[in-house]
Amino acid sequence: MAGFILILLCALLFPGIIVRTKSLASGRKGPGILQPMKDILRLLRKGNVYSRTTSFIFRLAPLVYMASIIMAMLLLPLGGRPGIISFEGDFIFFAYVLTTGKFFMIIGALDTGSSFEGMGASREALYSMLIEPAFFVLMASFAMYTGHTSFYDIYQSLYFNSYLTIFTGILAVYVLIQIAMIENSRMPYDDPKTHLELTMVHEVMVLDNSGFDLGIIQFASALKFTVFGSLMANFFITPEMPLYTGIIIFACTQLAFAVVVGLLESFRARHRLRNNNQAILTLTPISILVFFSILLIITKQF
Amino acid sequence: MIFLLLIICSFLVFAIPRQAKVFYNLLLVAGLAIVSTWLSVDVFLSGTTHTEIFPVSFWGTTVELIIDPLSALFICVINFTVLTASVFAIEYMKMYRHKSSFELSIHYFSFFMLQLSMILVCMVHHGIAFLVVWELMAVSSFMLVIFDNEKTNVLRAGINYLIQMHIGALFLISAFIILHIKTGSYDFEALQQYFYHYLSIPMFLLFFIGFGIKAGFMPLHTWLPHAHPAAPTHVSAVMSGVMIKLGIYGILRVAFFLQADMLWTGVIVLGVSIISGIGGVAWAIVQHDMKKLLAYHSIENIGIIGMGMGLGLIGMGLNNPWLIILGFSGCLLHVLNHSLFKSLLFYGAGAIYMKTHTRNIEFLGGLIKKIPVTAVLFLIASLAICGLPPFNGFVSEFIIYRGLLGGLDSPAIWVKVIMLLALISLVVIGGLAVFCFTKAYGVTFLGTPRKTDIAAVTEIKWYSMIPLFMIAAVIVFIGLFPQLVIRPINYVVSNVSLNIGVASDAAYASPLIRHIGIAGAVFIGIVLLMWILKKIITRKKPVTVADTWGCAYAGNIPKGQYTATSYAENFTDIAQPLLNIKTNFRPLDSEDIFPKQHSFETESEDLMEKKVYSRSIKFLNRVLSRMAVIQTGNTQHYILYAFVMILLLLILTVLNLI
Repeated sequence: MAGFILILLCALLFPGIIVRTKSLASGRKGPGILQPMKDILRLLRKGNVYSRTTSFIFRLAPLVYMASIIMAMLLLPLGGRPGIISFEGDFIFFAYVLTTGKFFMIIGALDTGSSFEGMGASREALYSMLIEPAFFVLMASFAMYTGHTSFYDIYQSLYFNSYLTIFTGILAVYVLIQIAMIENSRMPYDDPKTHLELTMVHEVMVLDNSGFDLGIIQFASALKFTVFGSLMANFFITPEMPLYTGIIIFACTQLAFAVVVGLLESFRARHRLRNNNQAILTLTPISILVFFSILLIITKQF
Repeated sequence: MIFLLLIICSFLVFAIPRQAKVFYNLLLVAGLAIVSTWLSVDVFLSGTTHTEIFPVSFWGTTVELIIDPLSALFICVINFTVLTASVFAIEYMKMYRHKSSFELSIHYFSFFMLQLSMILVCMVHHGIAFLVVWELMAVSSFMLVIFDNEKTNVLRAGINYLIQMHIGALFLISAFIILHIKTGSYDFEALQQYFYHYLSIPMFLLFFIGFGIKAGFMPLHTWLPHAHPAAPTHVSAVMSGVMIKLGIYGILRVAFFLQADMLWTGVIVLGVSIISGIGGVAWAIVQHDMKKLLAYHSIENIGIIGMGMGLGLIGMGLNNPWLIILGFSGCLLHVLNHSLFKSLLFYGAGAIYMKTHTRNIEFLGGLIKKIPVTAVLFLIASLAICGLPPFNGFVSEFIIYRGLLGGLDSPAIWVKVIMLLALISLVVIGGLAVFCFTKAYGVTFLGTPRKTDIAAVTEIKWYSMIPLFMIAAVIVFIGLFPQLVIRPINYVVSNVSLNIGVASDAAYASPLIRHIGIAGAVFIGIVLLMWILKKIITRKKPVTVADTWGCAYAGNIPKGQYTATSYAENFTDIAQPLLNIKTNFRPLDSEDIFPKQHSFETESEDLMEKKVYSRSIKFLNRVLSRMAVIQTGNTQHYILYAFVMILLLLILTVLNLI
């Protein structure tokens, strides 16, 4: 429960921190930390505009998307505390339920009959297909290392003590950051601030969403960031820690993650769209590297 | 007895008036289904193998009909799909008004024969009798495929199918003959003795190829993408939903008798399955023909089923009960699941075809506004086939995932690496399936119509809807209460694993997947909660209906929409070496001041079909045409050949060489 609330709270600040980091990096004062949330609140209070091409799929899609992320949040542990729902193999459910949300967003975009949104939908589908192996290989490596298959048990028995394990930990965090960037369609894979629809990925999919729907899509993106942030934070929280230490580490990790995202967006150019596929696919070999280094660790122990 | 009675009754279909034939067929199918399901359920309830003596004797031995748990499971799956198909046929067959009464009779007769032969395939253990019913299955399904025989491509697909089935049968016949020579028995049970004494992999491969052609493992799949689009929808549903699974049944039947080399057979099966899985879905993405797309998805799903089987076999080799239970349970559950969502998808495609008379998804669009019920059912099936929670496809994939993760714990490093490869493949298959079905669903049902006029499209009749709703209900049920369905499947696996000599706890997988159902239910609950939340918050807010935003243009151009081809282009760019897509398009020249109408066409070809089959056939043709020199057509020459042959035999006998 604590994890769920923490993720929710961090998500309120997360987009604001990114925006603030970006504005500081470019020498501007920038809006307040809470400004993105205020925008979302305003959106939630607005009425909806629906295209006459759309059907109920379009209205349902944002809800399922949001629900899939809330479902994913329920599965995440916090240090020594399991998630609200926790079972063997829950990380498979985690990945697949997120895909369900994406499935609906994609067909929601196709529902508008707009060629822009079709374009975004196709890209989103492709990227999420390309990224999934990396996540699974990463989790499978840790499952092999610990002999468990649920988030809670994996994080419980995961410890980084030797150089090699620290190395794998760093690699894993790197891969997770990249996955989060792709899942949220941020730099270097997609530029949310771009003005040209032809090169957008996620933003072009939600061109026709408005009001409440757009509000929850944006809030869902913020949540998605903190969900991946909490995947990383759990690496640093050991089960023996008391709750408040865990909370502090959690919050710090999320803060650091948001700052890293902000800095990445400030100082990196986005990939050319054509190179995205290759860049995303590269993450799978990196996570295979994690797999093999864990294999080394295990065989050394025997 | 009832079987015989039903067989005799089935001939009466020729005498029934044409309007009533379809109902008579339904009656027969239902009768057979009730009897055989009854017998099968009895096996599960009583826990004994049910044996019945078949009155006909083959070559002096009476053939027994045996229902053991494995066949009971398959019989239940067969009956459910065949029953829904024959209900769906009532309205669908109205499209064929131009057919003569005799043709219709043949169709229904073959349909019943297909059901009967499929059930018998599961019951017969005697090799020769098995081949007979196997052949009956091939011939009756061939008759069903060529029902629409005015079209040349239908006939060609049918004949292609028939020939390939017989190539498969050839492998099976030789396998049974070898079995008989070595052990003196034609029974499947003799395989145990055979595998105990002799090298198992060649024998297993014979069976694997023979059954694999039916199942549609790549590269043995080439009949599938032709036969499914050619057949009427309810026939495709039966063929894709259950008939190809009998190939799986056969392989399982043989695999459970393996005594040695299980590890290697497991690795072979796993490897072939990975190829089928990824290849099947990759080719599915580039199809424009809805039924062809579904046919390629069958290959993909056979791949997933085979991965489960390979996992189980590797478990047998490693003596790891955990892998055996998870692998084979995943395999069998996916057999059931695939039969459900694939038949539902085919009925959906059939409903669209009935009303629009096109299978090309590029022409469709916006159907959701005309046929919302079909659209929702098709959506459920699409989500299920992608293996997404909270539907049934996820359950079986989850079990296979768990098995693969369990395999990672095995001490041998190379097993770990294979498991990782399989894991990655399964993930890729899942991702590609999402890609494919967002395309198929989005282009068919959403947006605005592209070419076909859909103004007159209506829902299918309520009685055709019944099977669709039934299947959808089962899909959701398995998704939410997987522990109830896994119980009989666990029972099957633990029963056969007793044969193998590995004691395994039947209750293994049940607590494991109960949580999926709970999590799925929670997920649905959250969606509902979000919906209520939206209702409450936006209760008094205005809802405006406007045009789709078109980059400051308000005009909504149907032809400007993303098509299936353009949607898939991002993927086809990467997979070009595999898919080998040819584009037929002439760009504008600088001289084209007044451009005329241009056309753009893409086509992909099945790499396996071209590289493996066409090439080897060309080679065979070349060699054999050289041999044809001796076929002069001159009688004298043939007499000469006979004379030379006799002389040769004489000399050889004299020299004591033969």
